[in-house]
Amino acid sequence: MRWLSRGLEFAGNVGVFGFRVLIDAVRPPFEFAQVSRQLVEIGNRSVALIVVSGFALGAVMTLHTRNTLVMFGAGAIIPAVQAVSFFVEIGPLVAGLLLAGRVGSGIGAVIANMRASEQIDAIESLSIDSFKFLVVPRVLACVIALPLLTLFMDFAGLLGGFLSEELASRIPLQLYLNRAFENLQWSNFIAPTLKTAVFGFIIGSISSYFGFTTDKGAKGVGEAATNSVVISSLLIILADVVLIKVIFFLFPDTAI
Amino acid sequence: MSSPPNIAVQFKRVTKAFGEKRVLNEVSFHVMQGDALCLLGRSGTGKSVTLKMIVALMRPDSGEVWVDQENVVGLGEGGLSLVRKKLGYLFQDAALFDSLTLYENLALPLSRLTRMSNGEIESKIRQVLAEVGLAADGAKYPSALSGGMRKRAGLARALVLEPKILLADEPSSGLDRITASEIDDLLLRRKQEHGTSLIVVTHDVHGARRVADRVAVLDKGQLVAFGSVEEVSQSTNDVARRLITE
Repeated sequence: MRWLSRGLEFAGNVGVFGFRVLIDAVRPPFEFAQVSRQLVEIGNRSVALIVVSGFALGAVMTLHTRNTLVMFGAGAIIPAVQAVSFFVEIGPLVAGLLLAGRVGSGIGAVIANMRASEQIDAIESLSIDSFKFLVVPRVLACVIALPLLTLFMDFAGLLGGFLSEELASRIPLQLYLNRAFENLQWSNFIAPTLKTAVFGFIIGSISSYFGFTTDKGAKGVGEAATNSVVISSLLIILADVVLIKVIFFLFPDTAI
Repeated sequence: MSSPPNIAVQFKRVTKAFGEKRVLNEVSFHVMQGDALCLLGRSGTGKSVTLKMIVALMRPDSGEVWVDQENVVGLGEGGLSLVRKKLGYLFQDAALFDSLTLYENLALPLSRLTRMSNGEIESKIRQVLAEVGLAADGAKYPSALSGGMRKRAGLARALVLEPKILLADEPSSGLDRITASEIDDLLLRRKQEHGTSLIVVTHDVHGARRVADRVAVLDKGQLVAFGSVEEVSQSTNDVARRLITE
């Protein structure tokens, strides 16, 4: 029963932490410069990882599905399958998981290191609210960056799929795109992309929580980084299940 | 209850425990305006905790901590902010912000806590960096600074708001004798030229002898000696006498 009580205590602490982020995000003074700095750190520096991963994943997915679909005479729907898969699920989920690794570990380690090296105490001693200064901008940057990076992932995946298909069937780009977007509706695209803002909130809040609350010095830095990745990834997958049900409820025609 | 105006910092029967361990047990002492107090004691005797209580990064379990006639124990964020503007804090490892250049480290408190224009901020930073001998290093990140330079940079950040009271946590730790002496010189100059009160946590008896008007020795949660270097060196307490003489 000890693990249950520890689990509930953790859930409660994270809940309070996340709620404080929401409150402080709308309470002045606003840390625009810090948000902008974190957007560069979290967003800009993740673009290459996202684009390369999306491209490779798109190419591999087409290689896997092509033979089966052609066998059943459905080769023409390969672009549509690729687009729907990426825009509805693969893009948002894989982008979320990749960024939980790259960004989550970074946030957890950086803030934990600031705790261990008394930088957070130094901020507090200058009468600067360390939570608003360090945590809120990182969470906001994650919330803003995730949907944008998901778009990069989606289109890189589509491009990877096209190149793979082009090599196999010599399909022209225009025809590939027409087929890809023929049956895709805005609701298939917007809701799944925006749900990654929730993934961003999870990554930013969980990673900041582990970094901000560590009290184990240098050992805590490594632990914070690892826990940030593991718990963020787990919560993203769980949140995905819930959000898909919410999206189906709000936009019934998106259920494909 | 209050604190006399000529007292910079006063502890009144302060107790602080971490779990079972009581690091401070009803400790009382005071530092006069413009005076320098060196806090000595073995590791883990609550010296750094004492500094953190002055700047209200930690709260005592009981007792009062008066800073420039304000009891910081009961103060809210607004009141604390006013008190903290009077304090400068040099952390043990300087605690410079890794992601900011030295210039930005110093600009942060000025832009947040004062209404200085960008030009005034730049001029102030140049002056303070020159004072600590880092005039040419403003564009460097903390990772590019040596141990001694980091200490001086931390001191520059602590001084940039012109504090009435400067807290220094082991300013000479990890430094060679010459560099440690340079840091002591900077502290002394600040005290003599600006009338800044100093509270210095140190293991460096040589430095304490140079800087301190008063010495306080903490041991097993108690203040076991308090007075001038000469008085403490003749203390009946064995730990205090050995710390200051050996």
